Amino acid sequence: MPLLDVRDLVVRYGTVTAVDRVSFSLEAGETLALNGPSGCGKSSTALAVLQLRRPDGGEVHFEGQELTSLTDRELRPLRPRMQPVFQDPYGSLNPRHRIRDAVAEPLRVQGRRPTPGEVAELLDRVGLDPSYGDRRPHELSGGQCQRAGIARALASGPRLLVLDEPVSALDPSVRAGVLNLLADLQDDLGLGYLFICHDRAVVRHFADRVVEMREGRVISGWRRP
Amino acid sequence: MEPDVLLSVRDLRIAFDGVEAVRGVSFDVRPREVLAVVGESGAGKSLTARALLGMVPAGATTGGTIRPDLSDRRGRRIALVPQDALSALSPVHPVGDQLAAAVRSVARVSRKEARARAVAALERVGIPDAARKARAYPHEYSGGMRQRAVIAMATVNEPDIVVADEPTTALDEEHRDQVLRVLGERREAVGAALVLVTHDMDVVREHADRMLVMYAGRLTELGPADEVLARPRAPYTAGLLASLPEHAPRRRRLPALPGTPPAPGALPPGCAFAPRCSLAADACHATEPEPQQVAGRLVACHRWADTPDLLQEAYRASS
Ligand code: SF4
Repeated sequence: MPLLDVRDLVVRYGTVTAVDRVSFSLEAGETLALNGPSGCGKSSTALAVLQLRRPDGGEVHFEGQELTSLTDRELRPLRPRMQPVFQDPYGSLNPRHRIRDAVAEPLRVQGRRPTPGEVAELLDRVGLDPSYGDRRPHELSGGQCQRAGIARALASGPRLLVLDEPVSALDPSVRAGVLNLLADLQDDLGLGYLFICHDRAVVRHFADRVVEMREGRVISGWRRP
Repeated sequence: MEPDVLLSVRDLRIAFDGVEAVRGVSFDVRPREVLAVVGESGAGKSLTARALLGMVPAGATTGGTIRPDLSDRRGRRIALVPQDALSALSPVHPVGDQLAAAVRSVARVSRKEARARAVAALERVGIPDAARKARAYPHEYSGGMRQRAVIAMATVNEPDIVVADEPTTALDEEHRDQVLRVLGERREAVGAALVLVTHDMDVVREHADRMLVMYAGRLTELGPADEVLARPRAPYTAGLLASLPEHAPRRRRLPALPGTPPAPGALPPGCAFAPRCSLAADACHATEPEPQQVAGRLVACHRWADTPDLLQEAYRASS
């Protein structure tokens, strides 16, 4: 059973069909890249997979469960298992919160009180010295901030990360370190990655499967042999 | 000025509140060339490129010289393709009207002639059905088409130098190459030069004649693009190129540079790259290296002769 199985996904904004019957599937431990220029529908697809924007058609099966037919309440216990990481590392962390609290937030949402040790371990996992927990986002570089964003996504013990252009805002010399981190985490934890990325070189380097999108449609796909 | 130089930049400095973001950069722009300016955030590459047009942000103090000064002939002799395509087009006028207005701002031609040049400019950038599209508003264009309309805007008056500030970040490869081809045609036709600010090494490899690598507001390396890409001599260039995924075998760990580029005003003493440089020696922490002529290019590094062939080294085992 695939970790994620998307069938004929449709997302409309008014009269515009942003995602037009898109299908793909993803195994645990595997990276599927959605590749295409801006406006091709890849980010809309990501939001619809996460049910952050309810799709207008199609099905999303995650760990065998069909998500589109679930109510928000029924989705809630599943959310910790599928977590987003966004492009803008600063925009996705509350500027007033310390990194420690930002990282722990998904656990609090679940009603848990994470120990300082747990948070330190998460920061360590992503290659940040635990002392960074005391800082606020603007005191971190873009790369460090993105690492904190990844730590936060890991906090709830996900099986699937939906990474929306996670390295696009980073300088090339910094990007390499974050890609290495993502590869290590996948190897260690067996995570599935839905990896939204417009950069073909990154996709070629990183993905097991690629779905190419243009104007809301899948135009081609390949899978690494 | 020698005839083989369109624009000559000497000791360019740009500071904000006494903090220098561009710290003494010298280079020439030659006819017919595509000069890529590469670097990461804080390198000062966009500031440098915009200074060529006399477009430094308000509040900046500048030093050094740029000859000839083309800032009052902007649009005619030198033009900018900005990064943010939307900002270059007014949302309230049809694209063709904006292009025609740009023509009439520099040339005494009839409305009809301006209109014809506007449509021709749109055709040159590959916009289908240009005469009809000229009547449409920017929001009726797709993202890629809008980007091309901006290039039409920059080239409608056939300038000698086009400065393109990361014009391809939002484009897919197909559009990107088309855009660069259009810019390249200008070069063939009238000897126009293209100064291309980019961080995309694919673009540099495919389109640039020379590349200027900047780091922390300084020139790090300047030379023929193919030679610099094949065998960088500055440790920063070498580290940057080695860290790119295009060179790496699949999923092999990328040789990442430690740390991050410094912010202007927070520079380490000596060479700005020293804290991240595996070759850094005492001299590096003491004095900032000046660009010197080596191996057919300019390199600013005390230890350029020791720069390892990182590309080879990192992936030798795989080949
Ligand atoms: S001058 Fe020294 S620190 Fe700077 S790049 Fe060269 S070797 Fe490295």
